[in-house]
Amino acid sequence: MTWPLLSLVTFLPLVGALFILVIRGEEAMVARNARYVALWTSLITFFLSLFIWFNFERGAAGFQFVEEAVWLPDLKLVYKMGVDGISMPLVLLSTLLTPLCVLASWDSIKHRVKEYMIAFLVLETLMVGTFAALDLFLFYVFFEGVLIPMFLIIGVWGGPRRVYSAFKFFLYTLTGSLLMLVAILTIYFYTGTSDIPTLIEKANLPAGWQLWLWLAFFASFAVKLPMWPVHTWLPDAHVEAPTAGSVILAGVLLKMGGYGFLRFSVPMMPQGTDFFVPLVFLLSVVAVIYTSLVALAQQDMKKLIAYSSVAHMGFVTVGIFSLNQQGIEGALFQMLSHGVVSAALFLIVGVVYDRLHTREIARYEGLAENMPAYSLVFMVFMLASVGLPGTSGFVGEFLVIVGAFQASSWIALLTASGMVLGATYMLYLYRRVIFGVLTKPDLKRLLDMNWRERLVFAPLVALVLWMGIYPASFLDIMGPSVELLVERYQTALQEVETPSLLALVGG
Amino acid sequence: MTTDIGNDLLLILPELVLALAAMLLLMIGVFGGRDKVGGVLWLSVIAVAVSALIILFSPGNREVAFNGLFIVDSFGNFMKVLVLLGSGATMVLSHHFIKREGMALFEFPVLLLFATLGMLLMISADDLISLYMGLELQSLSLYVVAAIRRQSLRSSEAGLKYFVLGALSSGMLLYGASLVYGFAGTTSFQGLATVFTDMTAAGDAPSIGLIIGLVFLLAGLCFKISAVPFHMWTPDVYEGAPTAVTAFFAAGPKVAAFALLMRVLLDPFGSLVSQWQQIIVVVSVASMALGAFAAIGQTNIKRLMAYSSIGHIGYALVGLAAGTEEAARKRHDLSGHLPGHDRRRLRLHLDHAPPGRLVEGIEDLRGLASSQPLLAFTIAVFMFSLAGIPPLAGFFGKLYVFLAAVESGLFTLAVIGVLTSAVAAFYYLRIVKLMYFDEAEEAFDKPIPREVSLVIAVSTLAVVIFVFIPGPLTSGAEAAAASLFGK
Repeated sequence: MTWPLLSLVTFLPLVGALFILVIRGEEAMVARNARYVALWTSLITFFLSLFIWFNFERGAAGFQFVEEAVWLPDLKLVYKMGVDGISMPLVLLSTLLTPLCVLASWDSIKHRVKEYMIAFLVLETLMVGTFAALDLFLFYVFFEGVLIPMFLIIGVWGGPRRVYSAFKFFLYTLTGSLLMLVAILTIYFYTGTSDIPTLIEKANLPAGWQLWLWLAFFASFAVKLPMWPVHTWLPDAHVEAPTAGSVILAGVLLKMGGYGFLRFSVPMMPQGTDFFVPLVFLLSVVAVIYTSLVALAQQDMKKLIAYSSVAHMGFVTVGIFSLNQQGIEGALFQMLSHGVVSAALFLIVGVVYDRLHTREIARYEGLAENMPAYSLVFMVFMLASVGLPGTSGFVGEFLVIVGAFQASSWIALLTASGMVLGATYMLYLYRRVIFGVLTKPDLKRLLDMNWRERLVFAPLVALVLWMGIYPASFLDIMGPSVELLVERYQTALQEVETPSLLALVGG
Repeated sequence: MTTDIGNDLLLILPELVLALAAMLLLMIGVFGGRDKVGGVLWLSVIAVAVSALIILFSPGNREVAFNGLFIVDSFGNFMKVLVLLGSGATMVLSHHFIKREGMALFEFPVLLLFATLGMLLMISADDLISLYMGLELQSLSLYVVAAIRRQSLRSSEAGLKYFVLGALSSGMLLYGASLVYGFAGTTSFQGLATVFTDMTAAGDAPSIGLIIGLVFLLAGLCFKISAVPFHMWTPDVYEGAPTAVTAFFAAGPKVAAFALLMRVLLDPFGSLVSQWQQIIVVVSVASMALGAFAAIGQTNIKRLMAYSSIGHIGYALVGLAAGTEEAARKRHDLSGHLPGHDRRRLRLHLDHAPPGRLVEGIEDLRGLASSQPLLAFTIAVFMFSLAGIPPLAGFFGKLYVFLAAVESGLFTLAVIGVLTSAVAAFYYLRIVKLMYFDEAEEAFDKPIPREVSLVIAVSTLAVVIFVFIPGPLTSGAEAAAASLFGK
């Protein structure tokens, strides 16, 4: 590599944001220009990130596109970026969803457009940075920085209870992250390095410490993911955030939690991970079953999808902590798939919300009659969310259950029941909104999707089908990195005997 | 004992410039009449700038002047530059304020100059006597400044409160100093350091009188930095004093007093770590907790910022408590306290910020984002920075402080610190919420004066850009800390 592709992808949106910042003039003109600058910036960023996809060497497990520069000399901190098979797809997910978000907010955001677009571009920089950072402190800066734009997006452009939701989101996540900060400092202090590749290879933290460190990281990632019982910020934030905000929240921000487990908890604290596996399984199973049931009872479309996200993230944690090749690959695949599918589902809600300004399920009926294209797109993503074979959702959930079966057949059984429940609430939602007789007069006047909306959904539909029909093009990328992760984990465990939580509880 | 008086004078050149300028300006004010206020103010700013430049271009070697009363080192120079920056910026910002509020008295800038001079002397004190002199010069000027609006009941009350409580703390400090002198036989910091090192080396426990002296000394200093439980005066004085004065209080004096505290604890009492560390830990935890929880209920912005500053003093003390454990790894704590200075700078904007009318209740900030977007953006940036959210400068302050704590094994302190900072984030966010999420009831009408927007722009940029080029600031802090520890 001759030029720093990753940094370019990371910071190009920031440059775009600066451009928008200096736009002056009449309000309508500023809004128009801001929209176009944001769209082009995010499109070029996506285009550049495709180079990462194509130039990524398949079959290599280590980090690629690594860049390094001195950042904070007195702390010996470096600016180090790089991606491996685990983080690369997530980087692309972020760069893909941002232009779609800009497009989706084209007409629906009417006031403070300039600031809105700036917030989204800054958010993109921080998201890509989070996945590409290879230094503990750099990671933390990006990871935590995400809170600022997201807080503003929910609080300024959100729904009626936006203030409450924005605060809840911010304070929940901040508390978790700050504990992680102490853990990061401890790791840095103990090992003398904040270099992630070195730490992944061999952190050698004392087993007694690992339990505490693991818990501190867990506090952050579990809130972010979110896991039951710290998931309660998510339905609030989703419901109140503007459509594009929910898309980014569900599509990318939740993945930071899963990514964190894979990048930090499992490789750096193997004994801690081993110790807490039963706890994670327990929480995940509760999440899958309980939140699915909660989703079934929702009256608000966004809330329903929000709860379904919690359930799907339960699959992710089961997959990660089954700690074998299939489970982790499944979890990663599920994260990608959920990133696309839930983002699309929120966009789908956004389409009718822009027209009718309500998300109440009971207000809708029989949309199939006058919105056929909409119904079709809705169906694709609904089925993908349910996990129908041929869609991306199936591959992820299947792999997770295969992985979980190797860890414990009971866990696999309970998790699989989530798939059934998932089908129930999604089909129930679809039936109420799309089928039935169209009687309400205001619904009859609704127009089908316009070209801009179709343009937003086209790549997502294609992606869902591609991932479902030929998952190998994604699994090939993850495979080697995941294999290395599992191998290192097993070696680390063999070296030291660890106490087990189950033994502790049982005896 | 021979001293080269020429060399001594050269060493105190920055202080000399300030002292002469202050006296000269006093004369100009007295004989020049009432209309010279603006000129006196700008000349004071120039004096501060000249003094800062002299410090910046001085070599920063460790040198002692006036038979060990006065010390110059890079730690002192660094802190002095911070103090001068803070003082200069507040003076610039107060220009419009004093005109509007009928405070256009030439004594105001002159008193600020004397206070600044006092701070520089505090930072450079190398003896308990010169420490007290610097402290009193600063405090006496500030007592008057706090009450400078004679007609205002609140201002007079603030001045009186400040005076009575400040005098009490000075008394305690003096009492402590006399006890230390009585039991150690010297007031010089170098002498004290030798005595205590020998004592520790011989394995003797310090006598009970000495400990009491140390405690009194600490109490007096904690008073000056408004650490819990000696914080009571801060909210009242901040609220009552004229806004320009509050801004000044928040900037320089805290830095100077903290520098003094660091020097006293690490230089002469450096070998008595075990005696004072627990005090600092307790004070720090109490300050962080009180700062975070008490600020939640505040509706007056000056009181809110007063509690916020109490909390931040707590964080700075974490650094101090941690920096004591092991000689080898001490260098970070100063850097930790450093962005604290940025924080103080914030407060000065906030207090000054909406010049259209006086902002008192935080509710008045409602809807600022639509009427004054630039200002709202600035305040928001500072609020996030204060809350310690990366990538803003405030985050790095916390990073250094907590790193220092973790390195010293003070895990409990670090965890308490992060938890209180999450609580504190709530009220910083509340201000952002008011500005951005709520609609304005009435708009701020007046535009911001040019010099105010310049200061605001520069400091905002500093907070935002810090993540990209932290080098100059941190290396300065490191050199400074190294000179304090690394003897």
